[in-house]
Amino acid sequence: MTKNKNKKLMRGNAVVGEAAIKAGCTCYFGYPITPQNQLPEYMSRRLVEVGGVFIQSESEISAINMALGASVAGARVMTSSSSPGISLKQEGISFLAGCELPCVIVNMARGGPGLGNISPAQSDYFQATRGGGHGDYRSLVYAPASCQELADLTMEAFDVADVYRNPVMILADGMIGQMMEPVTYDNYKPREIPPKDYILDGAKDRPSRIIKSLILNPHEMEEFNWKLARKYRIIEKNETKYEEFMMDDAKVAVIAYGTAARIAKGAVKRARNDGMRVGLIRPITLWPFPSEIIYRRAASVGLFFVFEMSAGQMVEDVRLALKGESEIYFYGRPGGIVPTPVEVQRLITRQYYQKGLI
Amino acid sequence: MKKIYARPKYLKPVSMHYCPGCGHSIVTKLIAEIIEEMSVADITICVPPAGCAVLTYNYLDVDTTESAHGRAIAVATGIKRVLPDRLVFTYQGDGDLAAIGTAETVHAANRGERITTVFMNNAVYGMTGGQMAPTTILGQKTTTSPFGRDLVREGAPLKISEMLAVLPSTVYIERTAVNSVAGIKATKKAIKKAFKVQQDDLGFSLVEVLSPCPTNWKMTPLASCRWIDEVMAKEYPLGVIKDTTRQTHKKEAADAD
Repeated sequence: MTKNKNKKLMRGNAVVGEAAIKAGCTCYFGYPITPQNQLPEYMSRRLVEVGGVFIQSESEISAINMALGASVAGARVMTSSSSPGISLKQEGISFLAGCELPCVIVNMARGGPGLGNISPAQSDYFQATRGGGHGDYRSLVYAPASCQELADLTMEAFDVADVYRNPVMILADGMIGQMMEPVTYDNYKPREIPPKDYILDGAKDRPSRIIKSLILNPHEMEEFNWKLARKYRIIEKNETKYEEFMMDDAKVAVIAYGTAARIAKGAVKRARNDGMRVGLIRPITLWPFPSEIIYRRAASVGLFFVFEMSAGQMVEDVRLALKGESEIYFYGRPGGIVPTPVEVQRLITRQYYQKGLI
Repeated sequence: MKKIYARPKYLKPVSMHYCPGCGHSIVTKLIAEIIEEMSVADITICVPPAGCAVLTYNYLDVDTTESAHGRAIAVATGIKRVLPDRLVFTYQGDGDLAAIGTAETVHAANRGERITTVFMNNAVYGMTGGQMAPTTILGQKTTTSPFGRDLVREGAPLKISEMLAVLPSTVYIERTAVNSVAGIKATKKAIKKAFKVQQDDLGFSLVEVLSPCPTNWKMTPLASCRWIDEVMAKEYPLGVIKDTTRQTHKKEAADAD
């Protein structure tokens, strides 16, 4: 990360809000839920300052549909919530995907299922990466691990949503949303956005337009599903992001994302200090998943140590990526528990010696 | 020869999927006429729901987006807030507006969203085959109230227009019926006025239209028209339910001084 830039100490949830404004977001719709409330609060003030639209909706369902409407009208729009509220938004996300409308959706996830708790958790991985809503669709999912990455990925999310006309999700948790770190917004390199020639703003000097997902003819529906699938293949090819840390000579590769990856990085550093050849692969996009690099690493890595703050969700993608080429050890702490690097390192060490990777 | 009657300019030259005797086709045509008469085709955005009216985009030649079941007013809110100078209206049935979308309806109205809702009340779920709606009349038999709607079991018919009328931000609410020539004329006048209320930035406006559904009522079209007069309009009295347009104008005039 570039140093000595215009840095500000900000809380994660507010970082998302400021990054959105900097990326040209003019509309926010949301409903209060912990632990993301600083974001709607921030937007309620900032959007008024920049002449945008803020509505505290009557429900998460309304919020996502207001967002859909704003996207129909051509605006850059964001909505946010936390796990139970994101469940309510799934219908709308499916409609966004079906209508091919851009929208940025933020999930500051918490422990579940049900009401669960308000502690940081990674138990919404399946929901985020498998669609969550009904139908054959995908949302691009970013998993930031710091406030700086919240800023960078939020700004990029708006561009990516517009480029592919697809919903994009920021999946973080209460830990990242609540913590304060110095942040700069200068890393943003806006992409070239195709003209929005599909939006509805009144049929002035052009034929009337329709935005819809209803395709009653099964043959046409199938063709549309294949069109979406082709788009998703392009997203997989162009937008997959990951970070490798100390992987060059690694015998154990820890795979973790978001908050878990920060803890894992600490554990990897400790293990290195103890002379163990341990590295970290951190998926930054959860869908598309960095399967290729994981598979490639199987040639030199003896054990893939998957660590999640869930009972085991991303581990399924790791298994698919490895195609049985390597062994996996899974360590999960669900329910809002945030383990320490010492704890994770202890488990890495045990595996390292048990497997004879010295 | 002089042409005295023609297809409205903004009604696409296609046949409609609506059943014989259905009121939807009448109201769709009325809206097309109003759009032409008010010269607003290039600023109009229509939001139909899931239900019988979902295919409205095949008929009205204006910008149109679909919405999920019950969410039309939320979608319209998003559009209108981004484009405040456009004419944005929803076209919704009773199941959509008064059951699954009740929260969206009440809160959009309460915020005084500058949108217009055309609310088609035919006392049943039409598209799905005639199930009981929140507006089904007591004693009315439907596929899910085979013994007739019962007050204790299913509750009373929901009078959503009267409910919305108590909100300070609703400006104009009228109930009409399209079962007669006079009723069709009144409906057109009401929708036109509701659009005008929106254009004048006065607040939320809604026109509830009692509309025949011969297929699901299992009646002939003529008997359906009679049933609206004899039964439905007794439960849902026709006429202006709320109209504060004059007060709103007056208040503005007072504020201007």
